[in-house]
Amino acid sequence: MTIDWNAFTPWPALAGGLLIGIAAAMFVLLNGRVAGISGVIGGLFRPTKGDVAWRTAFVLGLVGAPAVYVLVAALPRPTIDANWGTLVAAGLLVGLGTRYGSGCTSGHGVCGLSRLSLRSLAATLAFMGAGFVTVFIARHVPAY
Amino acid sequence: MQVLAALLSGLVFGLGLIVSGMANPAKVLGFLDLAGRWDPSLALVMAGAIAVGLVAFSVARGRTVSFLDLDMKLPDARQIDRRLVGGSVLFGVGWGMAGFCPGPALVAVGMGEWKAVIFALAMLVGMGLFDVFEQRKARIACAAPE
Repeated sequence: MTIDWNAFTPWPALAGGLLIGIAAAMFVLLNGRVAGISGVIGGLFRPTKGDVAWRTAFVLGLVGAPAVYVLVAALPRPTIDANWGTLVAAGLLVGLGTRYGSGCTSGHGVCGLSRLSLRSLAATLAFMGAGFVTVFIARHVPAY
Repeated sequence: MQVLAALLSGLVFGLGLIVSGMANPAKVLGFLDLAGRWDPSLALVMAGAIAVGLVAFSVARGRTVSFLDLDMKLPDARQIDRRLVGGSVLFGVGWGMAGFCPGPALVAVGMGEWKAVIFALAMLVGMGLFDVFEQRKARIACAAPE
């Protein structure tokens, strides 16, 4: 394993992580819920009385974050290398998988591990493992 | 208040994703590429978030209502089954293909990235399919008990 010291950004990573932790803390302590993004969105497909507004508000907060960020600093441009076909296939898998698996990086990875949930640990190991293997095949298996 | 708190939580979450670099799929893929030139940043994002989360959830666990007087709704499922692991593997494959998971994809939509919009729409279709499959299963189970 070679660490890419030029790409590694420990301080922004830690600072951003703390912000994510604060967001999850706000959500559980104020709204009494786990900040699991796939679950918040997924719940909109089966709306129950009184929960559409807060679910939509959470999503709007996420989508609106870049607009607030630019008030303070220049927005970093993401690099999205995947082509359209890959994006569609990946999106379908992420949508289906997070609903069957009851969570994603935020719900299982951040909140679940913070709750010391073995179930979330199993889910996190499964999706991280699958992510490692997928990138290995895409980048290091010559025939692919 | 509940809606405002949700808006602010989503906003702070999104800002955290931008600051940490995780709204950038190339950076996420740099973490998932263990065999290449590895970027450990994502591990520190998780560490920072969990450090705060540990405190917050230990406070939450001792309460039946939130500070806004709403019911504390923490997940109570404990079973580790095929559904959990299989779903998570599917998610991981999609994550590794594009470098997007749900939160960063929505933030990148807010950045006006068209490729993120494509991904997010496909993700919503995937979530919708889950509901269609689940409802069909429930109907079959009702029509033919035992």
